[in-house]
Amino acid sequence: MKFILRIILIAGLSYLAEMFLPWWSVVCCAFLVGLLLPTKGFNDFLSGFLGVGLLWLIFAWMVDAETNSILARQMAPLLFLNNALVVVAVTGLLGGLAGGFGALTGSQLRRIFMEEPPKPGYIR
Amino acid sequence: MKVFKFLLSLAITLTLVIVLSLRISSTPPLGTLLDPFHGFWQNGEDEAGNFPPSLTLEGLHGAVTIQYDSLRVPHIFAQHEEDLYMAQGYVTAADRLWQMEFTTYAAAGRVSEIIGARALDFDRLQRRKGMVSSAEEALKLMESDSVASKIIEAYARGVNAYIRQLDETTLPVEYKLLDYRPESWTPLKTSLLLKYMANDLTFSDVDLENTNTLKLLGKKRFDFLFPTYTPGYDPVVDKGTPWKFKPVAIDTPQVKIAGAPAPPSEKLLQANPANGSNNWAVAGSKTRSGKPILANDPHLGLNLPNIWYLVQLHGPGVNVFGASLPGAPNVIIGFNDSIAWGVTNARRDVKDWYKIDFANNEQTEYRFDNINLKTQKRIETIQVRDGDIFLDTVVYTHHGPVVYDQHYPADTVNNLQRGYALQWMAHEPSLEILTFYKLNRASNYRDYQEALKTYVCPAQNFAFAAANGDIALWVQGKFPAKWKGQGEFMLDGSQPKHDWQAFIPFEQNVHTLNPARGFVSSANQVPADSTYPYYVYDYNYEHYRNRRINNRLSELKKVTPEDMMALQNDNYNLKAAEILPLMLDSLDVTQFDEPQQKVYETLRKWNFYNNAALPSPAYFDLWWDRLLDLLWDEMESTQTDLRRPDSETTIHVMKNFPNDPFMDRQQTTAIETMTDLIGTSFSEAVSAAQNWTQDHEQPLTWANFKSTHLSHLLRIEAFGRANIQMGGGPGIVNATGSQHGPSWRMVVALGTPPKAWGVYPGGQSGNPGSPYYDNMVERWSKGQYYEMLFLTSEDDKASKIKFTQRLYPPTQENP
Repeated sequence: MKFILRIILIAGLSYLAEMFLPWWSVVCCAFLVGLLLPTKGFNDFLSGFLGVGLLWLIFAWMVDAETNSILARQMAPLLFLNNALVVVAVTGLLGGLAGGFGALTGSQLRRIFMEEPPKPGYIR
Repeated sequence: MKVFKFLLSLAITLTLVIVLSLRISSTPPLGTLLDPFHGFWQNGEDEAGNFPPSLTLEGLHGAVTIQYDSLRVPHIFAQHEEDLYMAQGYVTAADRLWQMEFTTYAAAGRVSEIIGARALDFDRLQRRKGMVSSAEEALKLMESDSVASKIIEAYARGVNAYIRQLDETTLPVEYKLLDYRPESWTPLKTSLLLKYMANDLTFSDVDLENTNTLKLLGKKRFDFLFPTYTPGYDPVVDKGTPWKFKPVAIDTPQVKIAGAPAPPSEKLLQANPANGSNNWAVAGSKTRSGKPILANDPHLGLNLPNIWYLVQLHGPGVNVFGASLPGAPNVIIGFNDSIAWGVTNARRDVKDWYKIDFANNEQTEYRFDNINLKTQKRIETIQVRDGDIFLDTVVYTHHGPVVYDQHYPADTVNNLQRGYALQWMAHEPSLEILTFYKLNRASNYRDYQEALKTYVCPAQNFAFAAANGDIALWVQGKFPAKWKGQGEFMLDGSQPKHDWQAFIPFEQNVHTLNPARGFVSSANQVPADSTYPYYVYDYNYEHYRNRRINNRLSELKKVTPEDMMALQNDNYNLKAAEILPLMLDSLDVTQFDEPQQKVYETLRKWNFYNNAALPSPAYFDLWWDRLLDLLWDEMESTQTDLRRPDSETTIHVMKNFPNDPFMDRQQTTAIETMTDLIGTSFSEAVSAAQNWTQDHEQPLTWANFKSTHLSHLLRIEAFGRANIQMGGGPGIVNATGSQHGPSWRMVVALGTPPKAWGVYPGGQSGNPGSPYYDNMVERWSKGQYYEMLFLTSEDDKASKIKFTQRLYPPTQENP
C-alpha cells in the first residue's frame, strides 16, 4: 500500500513540477520522495521507476493517440525505432530510469542519516 | 558503505541527467527531446491547430482579424498598413519560423553555427560570393525608402512577437532536434532571403567550361555546338516584334577573352540549372468567359516545408491573395480583384567572372588599364558549432568579390596564384520589395508597368492579366548592355572594355501587350528573336516546354480554367517526339534478343506522353542518356571542365549532320557512325533497364524510375515524402522531376469576383507534426487543385472559415 502511495506521490509531484520546470525536475521529485519516505530493499528504485515511467508513458501515449501518432511515427526512424508505440515505450523507459535513480539516490542519502526501523521478528 | 552506495547512486543519477540534457556529437539531448511535457511530443497537432483565439501584440496600431480557411490559409484584415505586414510576419512565423530562419542562415553562410564544420565550405562560398555584403547594401537602400523600410520593419516586429511567445515546449521541432534557439528577426534577414532567391535563380553558369571548350574546339566549332538561337526556337515575345528604339552604345574590345584559365581544382558549386517555370495569360478573345485567364507554376527544388506560403492581405488600399515567401512581406505570385500576375525565371547571363591579375602575393593591388588598383578586404567570421571560429578574408575588386583564389578551394598541391572575381547583378542594391508592394495594389496595366520599374534581380518574365481585358508580359530585370560574347567566357579583369559599361534602359526591355495571337507565355526560353538590338545570352534556354505550351495555346479555343489546369499537367514529351522515331528507325531489328525486342516494340507503340505508369519514358530516358555519353565523349576529360551540347543541339546535329566527326568514339579504334552509336546505346539501355528492375524490386514504370520525392530542408528522411507517383519530367510542361518541379500551381480566371485555383506540394504548416504539413501533396500529385478562398471582407463567406484569430494592441481592451 505504502509502495503504491509512493508511486502516486512521485508521479503527482513530477506532473506538477513539469508544469513549470524542465524535464530533470522529475528526478528531483523522485529524489525528494526517496529522501523523505522510508522504504525497503529494491522498492526505492522501483517506485521512482514506476512513478515517473508510468507518468511519461501514459502522457506520451495520450498525446500520441490525440494526434494520430503523426509526429512519433516520423520520429521513430530518427531514434532507430520501428513505430510510434515503441517511441512511447522508450519515452516511458527513459522517464523510468531517471525517476528510479533519483528515488534510489534519495533513499541512499536517508540511510546515511537515519536508522531504518528493525525488521519484525529479527533481534539484533 | 552507506556513503559509498549513496555516492555511487548520486553519480549515476547526475550522469544520466547530464547525458540526457546534452547534445552529444549530433545526437540531440534525449531527455529534453522525449520529455512528453516539453519535448517533441508537444509539437504534435490535431486538425484544429494550436492557435490562441485572441492575443495582445506590442506594436500594433489597431485590431487585426485573421480568418483561417480549411487549408489553413490566413486571411488577414487590418485597418493600418503597418499592422497588415506585422500580422503577415506573425502568422508566417507561427507556421514557418524554423524554415524562414534556416533559409536566412543558409543565405548568410551561417549553417556551420547550427550543424558544425561540415557546412564550412558551403558557408565560405556564400560569404565569398558576397551574399552578406550585398544583403547589407540592399538593406541600406530599403531603409532609405519610406515604404520599404516601413513594411520590412513591421514584418520583423510580427516575427519577433511570435518568437517572444515561444518557450521550450512550443519551440518548433527542428530547434529541439538540433538543440538551438531562434534569434531575433531583423530586416537584414528579409534582405538575405531576397538574395537567397536571386542566388537560387541566377547563380548558375558555364563561363569556365565555355572558355575551356572554346580553347579545345575553336570558335567555329564552338558556335556550331553551342548556339543561343537553336533552329526552331520560339521566343517569349513573338518573332518579328519591331524594336522602335535606339540602343545604348557600348565599346567592343579587340581581345574578348582572358588568357585560358587554370581550372579550379573542384567543380564550382552551382544553383540547380533546372530552376525554371511556366506562365501564360490568355486574352478574353480566346476564353469561354470572355475574360482573361492567367496560369503560373514556378519550378523549384521540391522541399518540405514548401518554399511558398499562401496568404490573403486585406488592408488600406489592398486586397490581394497568393503565394508569399516566408521571410518577406507581400504576395509574390497572386491576384487581386483587378489583376493577376505570375513569374518565371527570365534567364540571362547576369553573372560574369573576371580573371584578376594581382600585383602582389598579399592581393592588396591588381592590374587594371596599365595602373594598379587597390583591393578592399572584408573579414568574414564563421562560428563553427563545437569548433573554432573560422576567419576568411575576402578580397573585393571593383568588379566584385574574388570568390576563387589559392585559398578557396584550398589548392595545397600547386599553390598557384589565381583570382577570379565575380560581377553579379545580385550585388546591386535594389528595391524588388516595392515591385511586389505595388503589384499587390495594382489595378491595371499602367500600375503593373510602374511596379516593375524597381525590379532588378533575379530577372523574371512577369505575365499579367487584368479584369479590363489586357494581357501583357515584361521580361523584367536590370540587364547589362553587353558586346557580343561578353561574359560567355572568362573575362579579363584588367581590361576596361571588359567591364559592364552600361545597362539596358527599362523601357527597352523585351515586352509585349495584347499580342495578336491572343496569349502571352514564357517558359525560360530566349526572350526575343535575334533582331533584338542587344546581345542576349544564357547557356540554358528552354526549348521544349515553351513550344509545347505555345502549340497548345494556339490550338485551344473557348479556353476554360480546366483547360489551363490540364495544360499545367501536360505530360507530352516533345523531345522524344522529335528524335525517338529517328532513333528507332536506325536500329537493326534483325539482331535483337528477346528483351531488346520487347523494349523496341513498347517504344514503337508509345504516344510520347510521360505518364506515371508507363515504362516507355524510362526506356527513352535511359537510352538518351547513354547516347549523349557516347556522342559527346569528346567532352569528357579528367583534366579540365568542359561543356556538352544540350539536347536540342544534339538533335539538330543528328538530323542534319549525321556524319559529324564527333560521332566517332575516341576510345575505340573503329570509326563509328551515328547508327552505331544509336545501336550501342540501345543495347546498353536495355541492360540498364533490366538491372534497374533487379536492383529496385519494383516494376520499371516512369514514376518509379523518376522517383519524385519531397525532401525536408535538413534532409531528414522521415520528414520528407518519397516515391510520389507522378508523370512529367524535365523539359515537359508538367516539369516534375526527381526532386524538382512545380512548387506552386495557380490558375486565375479574371472577373468580378475573380476565381482562382491552386495547389502546392506541401501544406501551410512547416511542422512535421501537423496534419497541414503535407495535406496538399496528394491533390498536387494527381494534378488536382483547390479552389482558393478570396474574401471581400472579414465577414465574407463565414461558413468557409475554420478558425478566427484576433490580434489587439496593448492599449485596446481585449474583449
